[in-house]
Amino acid sequence: MAETWYEIVRDVLKRHNVSLVTYVPDNVLRPLIAAIEADPFFTAFACTREEEALGINAGAYMGGLRSILLMQTSGFATLPNVIASLSVPFSIPTLMMVSERGTLGEFNIGQQLVARTMRPVLDALNIETHTMTRLDEAEFIVDRALVQAFATMAPCCFILSPLLTGGKVFAK
Amino acid sequence: MADLANHPTNRDQAKVMNRYDITKRMVGLLHNDEAVIGGIGYTNFDLWAASESPHGRRQQNFYMLGSMGLAVPIALGVAIAQPQRKVFALEGDGSVLMQLGSLSTVAARAQKNLCIVIMDNGAYQITGGQPTVTGQGTDIVGIARASGIAQSAWAADEDAFVELIGRALKEDGPWLIGCRIDTSKPVDTTERDPARIRDNFMRGLGVRA
Repeated sequence: MAETWYEIVRDVLKRHNVSLVTYVPDNVLRPLIAAIEADPFFTAFACTREEEALGINAGAYMGGLRSILLMQTSGFATLPNVIASLSVPFSIPTLMMVSERGTLGEFNIGQQLVARTMRPVLDALNIETHTMTRLDEAEFIVDRALVQAFATMAPCCFILSPLLTGGKVFAK
Repeated sequence: MADLANHPTNRDQAKVMNRYDITKRMVGLLHNDEAVIGGIGYTNFDLWAASESPHGRRQQNFYMLGSMGLAVPIALGVAIAQPQRKVFALEGDGSVLMQLGSLSTVAARAQKNLCIVIMDNGAYQITGGQPTVTGQGTDIVGIARASGIAQSAWAADEDAFVELIGRALKEDGPWLIGCRIDTSKPVDTTERDPARIRDNFMRGLGVRA
């Protein structure tokens, strides 16, 4: 039985046959990436940019393969153009999971500022967005949101709050 | 690659060809429903024009409407999803310069069924012909080789282009074929209905019945 957020996410992705995982690494995502890479069901690899990963996932979808993109907040900030010109107009269910920086103990001012752009961009593009804060809600949120994304052929973004993951802790 | 030694070693030695002409030659070699991803701009427009035939327009083409630079990543995604199908990315020099990291990702994945064709006229032609850096010393084929795509070559001329596409169809990749092209206007423009473009492409790939 899955007991951590990342085991829950891994298991729900698997259940929905989301087998391609592209990412630009992040410390908070590390246990999820490790859990996915340890499972032969998944094809997972790092990309050089988040835009590139989104393009790979879009191509994979059109080829019949489901996928998700893992990144951190600053990486999401590089994506508005490709979400607006590829994912949305072509009705591609781009799945995004963002580990949230910039809040609840952020120590890097750049992260704090770029994080302020994330939700306004998601709202402006009319992207279904779920901020995940509680372990007991994690399975329900990811499970239902995946059903909706594929049924409506629309992108979806999961924001992993430090309330769920513990976030990145200030260390000197 | 020793067996690519008969091809030009740098951009300056490659013949300047015509985009529509070589795109037409390439499409003419595709007999197994190969997927083709067209990058934005005139690359896309001439792919559209070259794909028309008396039997209708080939269905296995995807035409980007934005997302400049993503032809190679999209093609890589299709190639991962359908490893039995050959997949081509047609991309301009200005576009590929925006996502040079994707060449490294293609190399790292050692994606056997992928071939990248770069249409290099040294200009952002659709925006008024401003120069790109490929006319100022940057060699895309050299970058591709250094990124780990060993099977990267400039097409010396039209015959060499046809030969290289033929090899990409028969032999494992990844491949990158550099093509110097002129600044002719494209023959036609793509349709601009993204839902239709995507649906056609997915049906062409057998993902939708």
